[in-house]
Amino acid sequence: MKIIIAGCGKIGTSVLANLAQEGHDVVAVDNKNEVITELTNVYDVMGVCGNAVDCGTLEEAGVSNCGMFVAMTDSDELNMLSCFIAKKMGAQNTIARIRNPEYNDSSLGFMRQHLELSMSINPELRAAIELYNILKFPTAIKIETFSRRSLEMVEYKLAEDSELAGRNILEIRKKYDAKFLICCVQRGEEVYIPGGMFTLEAGDKIGLTASQSEMQKLMKELKIHRRQAKNILILGGSKTAFYLAKMLENSGGTVKIIEQDEKRCLELTSDLPSATIIHGNGVQQELLMEEGLSECDAFVALTGIDEENILISIFANMQNVPKTIVKINRDELVSMAQKIGIESIVSPKTITSNILVQYARALENSSGSAVETLYKIFDGKAEALEFIISSESSLTGVMLKDIRLKPNILIGGIMRGRKTIIPSGTDMILPGDRVIVISSNNRLNDILDILK
Amino acid sequence: MNQKMIFHICGQMLLIEAVLLLLPLITALIYGESCALSILTAMLIAVGVGTLMTVLIKPKETVIYSREGFVITALTWLLWSLVGALPFVISGEIPSYVDAFFETVSGFTTTGASILTNVEEMSNGLLFWRSFTHWVGGMGILVMVMAVLPMTTDRSIHIMRAEMPGPIVGKLVPRVRQTAKILYIIYIGLTLFEIIMLLFGGMNLFEACVHAFGTAGTGGFGIRSDSIASYSPYIQWVMTAFMAVFAVNFNIYYLMLMRRFRAVVSSEELWTYIAIVLISVAAIAVNIRPLYESIGETVRYAAFQVMTVISTSGFATTDFNLWPQFSKSLLFLLMFIGGCAGSTAGGLKISRVVMLFKSGRRELKKMLHPRSVTAIRLEGKSIEDSTLSSVGVYFAFYIAIQFAVFLMISFEPYDFETKITSVAACFNNVGPGLGAVGPAGNYAGYTAFSKILLSLSMLFGRLEIYPIIFLLSPSMWLKKR
Repeated sequence: MKIIIAGCGKIGTSVLANLAQEGHDVVAVDNKNEVITELTNVYDVMGVCGNAVDCGTLEEAGVSNCGMFVAMTDSDELNMLSCFIAKKMGAQNTIARIRNPEYNDSSLGFMRQHLELSMSINPELRAAIELYNILKFPTAIKIETFSRRSLEMVEYKLAEDSELAGRNILEIRKKYDAKFLICCVQRGEEVYIPGGMFTLEAGDKIGLTASQSEMQKLMKELKIHRRQAKNILILGGSKTAFYLAKMLENSGGTVKIIEQDEKRCLELTSDLPSATIIHGNGVQQELLMEEGLSECDAFVALTGIDEENILISIFANMQNVPKTIVKINRDELVSMAQKIGIESIVSPKTITSNILVQYARALENSSGSAVETLYKIFDGKAEALEFIISSESSLTGVMLKDIRLKPNILIGGIMRGRKTIIPSGTDMILPGDRVIVISSNNRLNDILDILK
Repeated sequence: MNQKMIFHICGQMLLIEAVLLLLPLITALIYGESCALSILTAMLIAVGVGTLMTVLIKPKETVIYSREGFVITALTWLLWSLVGALPFVISGEIPSYVDAFFETVSGFTTTGASILTNVEEMSNGLLFWRSFTHWVGGMGILVMVMAVLPMTTDRSIHIMRAEMPGPIVGKLVPRVRQTAKILYIIYIGLTLFEIIMLLFGGMNLFEACVHAFGTAGTGGFGIRSDSIASYSPYIQWVMTAFMAVFAVNFNIYYLMLMRRFRAVVSSEELWTYIAIVLISVAAIAVNIRPLYESIGETVRYAAFQVMTVISTSGFATTDFNLWPQFSKSLLFLLMFIGGCAGSTAGGLKISRVVMLFKSGRRELKKMLHPRSVTAIRLEGKSIEDSTLSSVGVYFAFYIAIQFAVFLMISFEPYDFETKITSVAACFNNVGPGLGAVGPAGNYAGYTAFSKILLSLSMLFGRLEIYPIIFLLSPSMWLKKR
């Protein structure tokens, strides 16, 4: 499919890289020549230098026959306008990044409808939701929720004294009566889809699927359950911080935000009446200690500078803060941060790319069972996908043990109505189900792609 | 530098050359010639060496950057020439390996400079291979490979950029592979069209193919000692037209296929090219008018010779060595200009010449108005200063290397005109020069050392200097401590 990406900043570039890797024909539009030169040097894409609202530029990029037009410039207004023009010039689907909180209220639906946007993306809001999910369940490094929220996938690292270490999957399933599935294991750089005889080791990062209640039960049995974080210290008063604080407030948490810019502090305090806003430089360790870093349940580093976030969270870890979460935007820093022991990392860039990759795959699949949700897990080495089974096929009504799957694929869960099924060999997939598939080294567009 | 990946890819390239050798093999078998055996031997050697390189060298890291791209390109061209020369040597038709190497490099780089004193003696299979190298080298070896095979690396743009001629290498469509495919489809289509046109002119299929390959790659190898002179005027006109066609930027044809005619009509490079051709033809026609009987004949000779030089093909319908000094000088200048960027022609390329002239004019203006700010525009877009300066630097290298080669072959017992045009004709991939290397002469009289130097300068010219420099510079190969 032909995809045009207008505005190639940090997020735009990441989206572009992911979509190009998926095998789409990507055209990058940016008004800076050096950006275009750099992009075309590194990725197999075409570049057009120009204004994303200019018809001439859009025509040169071939907007009339493009399947997907993504506007990712800095300015919300520019994104809306260029999507609108692209739509009028023949783009089939338009997606705009709209991140100003003023637009992201009830008026969004109205705007989306009249600008004929297929989707609007707010990376900051999505990041805030992800942060919120982790804070609700701090045991996990990361939580991936699927559409009905009844089924979750939790990424979790086995500690040195973990009860799971040294046992194989069959033993573990026998030992605990909770219904769950270990569907993915990362050891070092390698990602495995484990079979029954796979033995876990301390230090492995595992992906578990289970329903929400079963997950709590399992974590209690493993004695690693931690309560929802209530008392939260946020560093940096970005848009993400605002959205997060809003959600935490609604669920009864106490939030303290440290922000350097006085003007921004005033804005925040008028928008978030019950939060404590501190004006000060959060890099100063004394200020952090004064504001109760060592007593809080969780520390979230959300400044605009990745390096600062990483360093401060090392300090927070030293103060024995139960949970630290770091926002990192640059991919190359993520693996380095993991090496020095930072586990929970949230990247708005990755979240946005995931959504667009999923959207593109769903578009490519015109009929059949489209991808509903897609997560790249374990540094993008594996994927968790949710499919809706729309019709009868060779897959439905057959016991799972009789289905011949491709290697490195596992069915991680089935949602049928209100019921959540952690599948075993005797379960079946029926039309109308939502199925979670975990896969590495495969590109799945349709549920039938999992078959050999 | 990722040396394993370089050798791995080059090994794959050798396997592909072996596949291409099938065509001359089939030709030789059809004519029942003994050279078939030598072609088969060369194929086996290519397969053997290629397999060894791909199987023994397994790269762990498959990422390549621009430096690897340059070296892969240069090394592939060198290896292909080394192996491509084998059939000539093994069959004994060109006994000296250096001569065969010169002939093959001349083929792949679409130069058309020959060391053969008597072309008619060659077997058809080898003549076919000789001209086929033009066709393959014209659009680019690696571009072809990219079109056919899925590359193991997604950074293949580096390879394409190293091989495609012109100051700015853009893509027609987002994917390198698609772009390469489109280019080759256009290329094959035009070549087939020419073969059909030549068949109408009374050539047999073999002759038509060989000459179409020579024109398409803007190479210039013929199968008669007098090149095209003894063919009919119709064939001469067809070839003139197709030389003109193949020296045009292939993007133009893509735009035509996409029905974006306005962009075609507004192409500055195209118009400059047409203007240069028309003016040169007119000037030469006036100059040589007294030599020929009718006006038609005069124009035909003038047009063919101008086209053959500016498209850097190197066919000839007459010995322009015997023309007046003015015509010879003009042809000599046209050698340097060459065709459009993104075509199969060699030389400096029209777009570079235009940019050089424009930036020269800007410099003059700056001297008069030191504070003036002027953007240089080409094809309706302003050109970055970095592009302009890289064009200037390219020009400096271009001149310097030709001078250096000229100095190194100055020991040869030829006259000044012969030597300077030899260098220019080889470097710009034209083929025949003036004097002893004119259309009636050849390069056989040079020493082995000079032949190797001239072969290198052909590669320099075809790959636009930088890849060969990087290939030859030790700092690229030594591990930094």
